[in-house]
Amino acid sequence: MATAERLKLEHIVKEYPGCRANDGVQLTVNAGEIHALLGENGAGKSTLMKIIYGVIQPDAGSITWNGHPLTLQGPAHARELGIGMVFQHFSLFETLTVAENIALSLPADQARDRRKLEARISEVSEHYGMALDPRRYVNTLSIGERQRVEIVRCLIQESSLLILDEPTSVLTPQEVETLFRTLRQLSHEGCSILFISHKLQEVRDLCHRATVLRQGRVTGECNPAEVSTDDIARMMVGNETPLSTRVEPRAPGEVLLDVSHLNYRTSDPFGTSLQDLCMSLRSGEIVGIAGVAGNGQDELLRALSGEALVSNDSIALSGVAIGQAKPSLRRRLGVAVVPEERLGRGAVPSMSLVDNSLLTAYGEGMVSKGWVALNKVRDYASRIVDAFGVRTASIDSHATSLSGGNLQKFIIGREAMQQPKLLVASHPTWGVDVGSAVAIHEALVRLRDEGAAVLLISEDLDELFQLCGRMGAICAGRLSPLVNTSDLTIEQLGQWMAGDFPSAAPSEVSHAVA
Amino acid sequence: MLSLERRAVDSRAMQWASPLLALVLTIITGMGIFMALGKDPVEGLTFFFLTPLSDKHGWAELGLKMAPLLLCAAGLTICYRAKLWNIGAEGHFLMGALWASVVALQLGGQSGPWVLPLVLIAGMVAGAVWALLAGLLKTQFHCNEILTTIMLNYIALNLLLYAVHGPLKDPYGFGFPQSEMFAASALLPKLIPETRLHIGLLFGLLAAVAVGVLFARTFIGFQLKVLGQDERAAAFAGFPAKRLTLLAFILAGGLAGLAGASEVTGPLGQLVPQVSPGYGYTAIIVVFLGRMQAVGIVLAAALLALTFMGGEMLQIAMALPKAITGLFQGLLLFYLLTCDAFIHYRIRIRRAPKAVAGEA
Amino acid sequence: MDSVLITNVLAATVVAGTPLLLVALGELVCERSGVLNLGQEGMMLMGAVIGFIAATSTGSLSMGVLAAMLGGVLMAMLFALMAITLAANQYAAGLALTIFGIGLSSFVGAGFVGQSIDGFDKIAIPLLSDIPVIGQVLFNQDLLVYGSLLIFALVFCFLKYSRGGLILRAVGESPEAANANGLKVLPVRYMAVAFGGAMAGLAGAYLSLAYTPMWTENMTAGRGWIALALVVFATWKPERVLLGAYLFGAASILHLVLQGLGWNSSTELLAMLPYVVTIIVLVLLSWNPARTRLNTPLSIGQPYRPSK
Repeated sequence: MATAERLKLEHIVKEYPGCRANDGVQLTVNAGEIHALLGENGAGKSTLMKIIYGVIQPDAGSITWNGHPLTLQGPAHARELGIGMVFQHFSLFETLTVAENIALSLPADQARDRRKLEARISEVSEHYGMALDPRRYVNTLSIGERQRVEIVRCLIQESSLLILDEPTSVLTPQEVETLFRTLRQLSHEGCSILFISHKLQEVRDLCHRATVLRQGRVTGECNPAEVSTDDIARMMVGNETPLSTRVEPRAPGEVLLDVSHLNYRTSDPFGTSLQDLCMSLRSGEIVGIAGVAGNGQDELLRALSGEALVSNDSIALSGVAIGQAKPSLRRRLGVAVVPEERLGRGAVPSMSLVDNSLLTAYGEGMVSKGWVALNKVRDYASRIVDAFGVRTASIDSHATSLSGGNLQKFIIGREAMQQPKLLVASHPTWGVDVGSAVAIHEALVRLRDEGAAVLLISEDLDELFQLCGRMGAICAGRLSPLVNTSDLTIEQLGQWMAGDFPSAAPSEVSHAVA
Repeated sequence: MLSLERRAVDSRAMQWASPLLALVLTIITGMGIFMALGKDPVEGLTFFFLTPLSDKHGWAELGLKMAPLLLCAAGLTICYRAKLWNIGAEGHFLMGALWASVVALQLGGQSGPWVLPLVLIAGMVAGAVWALLAGLLKTQFHCNEILTTIMLNYIALNLLLYAVHGPLKDPYGFGFPQSEMFAASALLPKLIPETRLHIGLLFGLLAAVAVGVLFARTFIGFQLKVLGQDERAAAFAGFPAKRLTLLAFILAGGLAGLAGASEVTGPLGQLVPQVSPGYGYTAIIVVFLGRMQAVGIVLAAALLALTFMGGEMLQIAMALPKAITGLFQGLLLFYLLTCDAFIHYRIRIRRAPKAVAGEA
Repeated sequence: MDSVLITNVLAATVVAGTPLLLVALGELVCERSGVLNLGQEGMMLMGAVIGFIAATSTGSLSMGVLAAMLGGVLMAMLFALMAITLAANQYAAGLALTIFGIGLSSFVGAGFVGQSIDGFDKIAIPLLSDIPVIGQVLFNQDLLVYGSLLIFALVFCFLKYSRGGLILRAVGESPEAANANGLKVLPVRYMAVAFGGAMAGLAGAYLSLAYTPMWTENMTAGRGWIALALVVFATWKPERVLLGAYLFGAASILHLVLQGLGWNSSTELLAMLPYVVTIIVLVLLSWNPARTRLNTPLSIGQPYRPSK
């Protein structure tokens, strides 16, 4: 492996109103090296990466590229130098074809001959084992395929440094393996890779070196293969934060939620329809549903919350059919929901925590004859903040002013304090700091111990294995069997996430429950 | 280099300073316009803003013009808080005026205390129905309310023109397109004797207060606010979006309809083609300028009522086109939106990043 | 109906559809870049009044047209300043532009009301204009009609075949992704808005210099708004804008036809027709939201500010 320094950052500082996202960051990436940039959410990884790609300018610090100091003028300049970027939320245009997308990032003269470009796309994608049809429209591609488009786009520009932002969080375990093969091949050919992640095991498997960030500062550099995951975790979160531990399952009680042959046709052209979903949840258990984003998770959540109405008999709560019940009625019957989007669904961004308490807890005696009892709402908001350790300036602060973790604790607290019989939570710890994630997990387990049924929809397999008594996967709107977590291997789950399971006949489901 | 930077927290001070700043900028621009036309700017401004209010009569006229603006603006506030872009107050107003006139003329010589309420209710219902139409087009057919309300405004205007040229035309009106004068029983009582000011102003003030209470204290108001700020959160919370939307339209239409009814039963006493000098459109500016708050709307309505009087005054005193009213109103809204940007953003002088060496 | 009447009606339809075609093409380009400009009515009015004033004072119709387009662009830049640079709400900024344009045009044009001018003459294209019916409908029109068809062809090709069109569509779909790809979102949007302004100005000039060669207050009579509906009708495709403009043009002259056929209905009631037609068309088109969503430029109406 060559040891020439390809990219060197020194003393990078970037400040935003109210926070110092990067505070004197040092980072060196050598030629042909796969270098991990580790850190929990909000540690400053994304900011640093945007600086390297020229999307934003640092307030101070220097960037050296192949030994030459320079100022990056923008993404186009970065690309010209050979810096390529694969975004976490892909920067693709859904209504354009693969070739058109790639043409847009190339200089005009290289993109003019569309046929030549298409041939080149096919050639590059085959060479690295990532088959792609250049004429397909991006909105017809799976998430994994879209990621390939981004990678191929960088390769066509002959990037010598490839930045990947949390590339595995959207993939099935099998797709991750394929990606890693491609990355290792690239590294052998001399391409440097900056691999941004918070998944320690992956980093140990793939990367030659790792730089760890915490609160905008570098807290360590190591060879990840030689250090234990606990040591790296400590560098990421510091010594004060407790790390989550596996939760022992309990014996569940009576069947509480019974979903049978749930079908839901979405009217959203970009959505996924649900096909013949069957499952049952008992009180006192946490059941997990894994899956790659966009496979019907949101539709399932909406069908359970009442935002989407379905055939009345397909959902029963304690034996009462509620498929046609509106959200407010379901709430009264004991259904609480924590949606994936904290801001803009779970909470109104521009409203205070007080108003956001009223948003779903209005059934807790806050409204009488149409008038709002403001003191009761304020009292409820204060109790959430106290009981769930929500860090906020005051209960009159806007939801946007809270960090992701604190807002999520607030939302979970708001739902949990209504003492629901069933809590449906979607990606509750997505983008949340480790401390808050632990608190959220504790809240879910507490609800379970109080006898509620919890349905946990998540992309984070670690989280699912850690919390759930039973779990399965959703793919293309179909649900795999739900089995005891102790009987499930990650390979099996990966196959299910890719849709490789027999269509769930009710007998199998009840078998799994029993 | 100057650049805009998002504030961490929206500026509360700017929220209220913005309308004042916009007014100052409008006045400065106005002076420029006077000078460009070769008129004395101080004299021009005096005629525009001060002369109309130099006596009791002037103040009464101000109240008279505030009444329809307040009623329309109160209704629009309900819609805009819910982010329903109802531009149709003008149409609601015209339909209110039209149907109040129909009822007033039908009841003809009837006297009795029930005549006037009936006439006003007819106006409110007509306005509400007209607005409900746009509401239903939105909730049932997903039609953009801006376009439908604008179209309904044009349709309402043509209906009104049809009425005064046809069925409602005064046969003894020397061919003028206007209705007969209403009977005394169908006229609004005066608020101040010997002026034209009628109790419509009280309706307007009451409406502004009611809208204030609606949003400060009631659950319906809260639901409307959530619907406006975050449609998905409203759906998640289970608020009935369609019913709330229709309610907002009905209230806006009813209030603007009442404004139209008050105009024909108040200062006019008959239906004429020019029943509105654009109150329904100006009310949009009132809502934005008044920050969608009760007190703000009252102040903004007073200011914009004054622009109508100022325009007429300039026409008489300085022989300027009356259209200067529209120009001032447009400028005011323009500057307001520009100043409003600084509620969310602040100007920052950026330096080039330091300590970054050399060539690009 | 005899063929002379049909020919006359069709020719009048093209004339009535031309201002709609122009303003709708401009708005289409604007919306494809992700910017919704509700100020079309205001820009058209300014175009009409400036065009009229410039033409009467210079005596040159082409100066009038140029001035009108320039006026439209200046108005559009005011909008762009608010809606793009200051990231103001596009709805509010567009409304402000319309209200401002109505006020300013009435004020500026107050001294010109009642004057008239010799507008654009019809120019018959040799040979082509001799084709029965079609010749008179399409090839015996004034210069601006021919111009509008040329502009249509250019916009069509630009969007479909050029790299610039690809960039415009990309910016309209996702400004974030465009920025990440190194495309300059704000300049692209500025240019799109400016083009929209020029087209609205030209459409206004068509009204005051060709359609009815004079200036009256609010002479656009809602055409700017109808054009906005037209873009929705056309699902953001230029070829359907062309079709739609002439359909709406036909609706707006229907009362003349009906009167010509001896219908004796009230002028006011017939004048409502284009507006009623617009609403009906909106209902027919919007009522399946999934279909609308598939066609709408995804970022439309959302202000965008690149992070720095």
